[in-house]
Amino acid sequence: MSLPIYASTGQKIWYYGFRVICGLIFFFLIAPIVTIIPLSFNAENFFTFTPGMLRLDPDAYGLDHYRDFFTNPSWQQALRNSVLIAPAATVLSVSLGTLAAIGLSQSHVPFRGVIMAILISPMIVPLIISAAGMYFFYSRIGLQGTYLGVVLAHAALGIPFVIITVTATLVGFDKSLTRASANLGANPVTTFFKVQMPLILPGVISGGLFAFITSFDEVVIVLFVGSAGQKTLPWQMFIGLREQISPTILAVATILVAISILLLTTVELLRRRSERLRGMTPG
Amino acid sequence: MTDNTAQTENGLVLAADGRPLKTSLRRALRAQKIRAMLLIAPLLLFILVTFIAPIADMLFRSVENQIVGDTLPETTATLQDWEFTSGELPDEDVFEALYYDMFVAVEARRHTRLGSRLNYEQTGMSSLFRGTGRSLDDLGDDYFDVFEEIDPVWGDAGFWYSLMAADNGEDPIDGLIASQQARLETLSSDDYSGEIGFEPAADIAQILPRTADAYAAWATFAALVDGDTVSEEEPWEAVFSALASDLRRDGAVAAIAAYSGDGAAELQAAYVARDQLPAITYTEFFLNENEDWGDVAIWGTIQAYSPAFTPGYFLTAIDMQLTPEGISAQPENRQIYVTLFVRTLFMSMVIMGSCVLLGYPIAFLLANLPMRISNMLLILVLLPFWTSLLVRTSAWKVLLQQQGVINDILVWVGLVADDNRLALINNQTGTIIAMTHILLPFMILPLYSVMQTIPVTYVRAAKSLGATDWTAFWRVYFPNSVPGIGAGCILVFILSIGYYITPELVGGETGTFISNRIAYHISQSLNWGLAAALGSILLVVVLALYWAYDKIVGIDNVKLG
Repeated sequence: MSLPIYASTGQKIWYYGFRVICGLIFFFLIAPIVTIIPLSFNAENFFTFTPGMLRLDPDAYGLDHYRDFFTNPSWQQALRNSVLIAPAATVLSVSLGTLAAIGLSQSHVPFRGVIMAILISPMIVPLIISAAGMYFFYSRIGLQGTYLGVVLAHAALGIPFVIITVTATLVGFDKSLTRASANLGANPVTTFFKVQMPLILPGVISGGLFAFITSFDEVVIVLFVGSAGQKTLPWQMFIGLREQISPTILAVATILVAISILLLTTVELLRRRSERLRGMTPG
Repeated sequence: MTDNTAQTENGLVLAADGRPLKTSLRRALRAQKIRAMLLIAPLLLFILVTFIAPIADMLFRSVENQIVGDTLPETTATLQDWEFTSGELPDEDVFEALYYDMFVAVEARRHTRLGSRLNYEQTGMSSLFRGTGRSLDDLGDDYFDVFEEIDPVWGDAGFWYSLMAADNGEDPIDGLIASQQARLETLSSDDYSGEIGFEPAADIAQILPRTADAYAAWATFAALVDGDTVSEEEPWEAVFSALASDLRRDGAVAAIAAYSGDGAAELQAAYVARDQLPAITYTEFFLNENEDWGDVAIWGTIQAYSPAFTPGYFLTAIDMQLTPEGISAQPENRQIYVTLFVRTLFMSMVIMGSCVLLGYPIAFLLANLPMRISNMLLILVLLPFWTSLLVRTSAWKVLLQQQGVINDILVWVGLVADDNRLALINNQTGTIIAMTHILLPFMILPLYSVMQTIPVTYVRAAKSLGATDWTAFWRVYFPNSVPGIGAGCILVFILSIGYYITPELVGGETGTFISNRIAYHISQSLNWGLAAALGSILLVVVLALYWAYDKIVGIDNVKLG
């Protein structure tokens, strides 16, 4: 879409105008996230740029909000819970999800459509409905307000992502490799860990990252299935935003943005690697 | 034919082990299916328990209404014959049943729950049940005083036990205790099994049926809930009311005269002196306690909600109500849900529209730039996609405030007076801005993947055939990108109508969705049935949309990142 040299004035105006419009939309996408980063270094308890900050006065910037995050017991408890719950849920959904994805990718699976629909359903159903149902059902069976309940609920939410990414990777998986391995005398378990797993690992990892971020960011389910004892970072942020908003939230938000950049990079690298591999392997 | 197979005379192909090849293949296929199912089974089971069961539970709760029948079993049974349209109060039997049902419910502290349940349907029910619950003891106390005056033995726990129990070679009556136990379990939803240490006698239960019932109810409660020994405790007040009723019953005289078991003499003495008992019917008692019991509408509501399953919650969810006369519209000032559903749909449409408006140019740009640059720009789309929802919502909350960055800039530029800052948050504007930002990547990504597949040659061909830029775009490129728009729109719409967090935080009064109402009913008003009904309706809408999405795009084309 480059501008030809014979373009008329109207075309030139449209060409540059369109780019300006796109620039503005990109600005709309990114600006809110970028803005909170400098605001989180505000030395005072304001949610806007102080005159000092605009003058780039070093005294107007400070790490107070970060200090608060790392010393405040209620934020620390939330951080601990988040770090505890998200990996547990991820391990659960990745292990069960990968097995099921391998099963689903075989030929001749009876009722594949129905099974797939059931396994994907946690992604389709609006969170508030899942949360309502889980709240009712988990309080019946005594899981409401327990770590186990939150972990199970989060694992259920993460499973569709694992299923989707792993089945997508398995589409490019050459089945003759497992046959060759069996032919050479490996039992199914060895074949799985030595041959199949290393090849589908990028898919498993990116599915796991999706499951992790789903649990790590999730707030609706925690609000209902968890109780104050299981409060996670998003829960604490949600409560903070709803009741009295404190600038510490901005510091936490900045840290979370850094984490998402890290995760995004990992997923991108994995995706490119698997695309490269798929380009080389037949099928 | 390979070396491993052989053909028999009748044309059957055999495998190496001598079995027919067909059977062999079928067996191999079956083994494969079983292996696949074994791999899938754990996850399927997991999802069924952790996710599908909760959804089913919610659907069940949206029609479930056992609380009325469980709390007032006898009342609802007797009330069945009553006609609301007659305009007359139910007769004495119903009030009598209500007294004993309520008495047990009050002791188990379950009457207030029923009151709040019925209060959803008719205001005033909650205070009616609570108030009446406090004074039920009074009636029994009055009778007790008179009985004790007639003979102090009526206040003696041991006497009562020997009168009621099958302890002296009398025939025990089956089922009475078991039914009381079952009743207590449904009422309190706890497990109450165990020994009561009391077996009611059959003959006394025939002479004093109401008393036997009341005493059995008390004995069950005393033994299992309070952990007391039945023979050492004085029965509760309802037993004295029951005795008074039984003594007044027609035909009591002959039965009591013929009775010769434990306490026969005391019973006869009490019968002779029965005129000393306060003459008050159950109807009078309830009307004295609260005149609302004389309102047929109260009884109509109890009758209408007696069945174990009710369409009532769904009717409330669409601004209708189930009244004794039938189904009718809610009063004007209580009609909120249809408006809320319409608002949710309308705002989701607006958000979807603005996502198309903002997403289309971006996807177009990305699809038509060289790969290297578009990959760089794609990161600008993916970063918000990967950033925590809470982070993005808090960013908007900070930016849109009256003292926030956007208003500051507008004031600084001079577009807005300092004393007249724009209200951008806690209203519909706030919800629309924030949710458009949050859902925009879900529009751009499917659009982009569809646009990538449109060959550049199409537009070039159109132009070389003489089309202007606009015609080439509108007649050739745009129709090819419509599937992407469809996919993105449905995705954004589905996500948006179920959103909770963002509307809750930036929506204020006017910018909230149906999901906020569901959350409110779960955690604040505790009307779970209504929350479940609203959720079920929302679920049906989403599933219908998803079905459409599957038809248009296909589930397998869901792409991530």
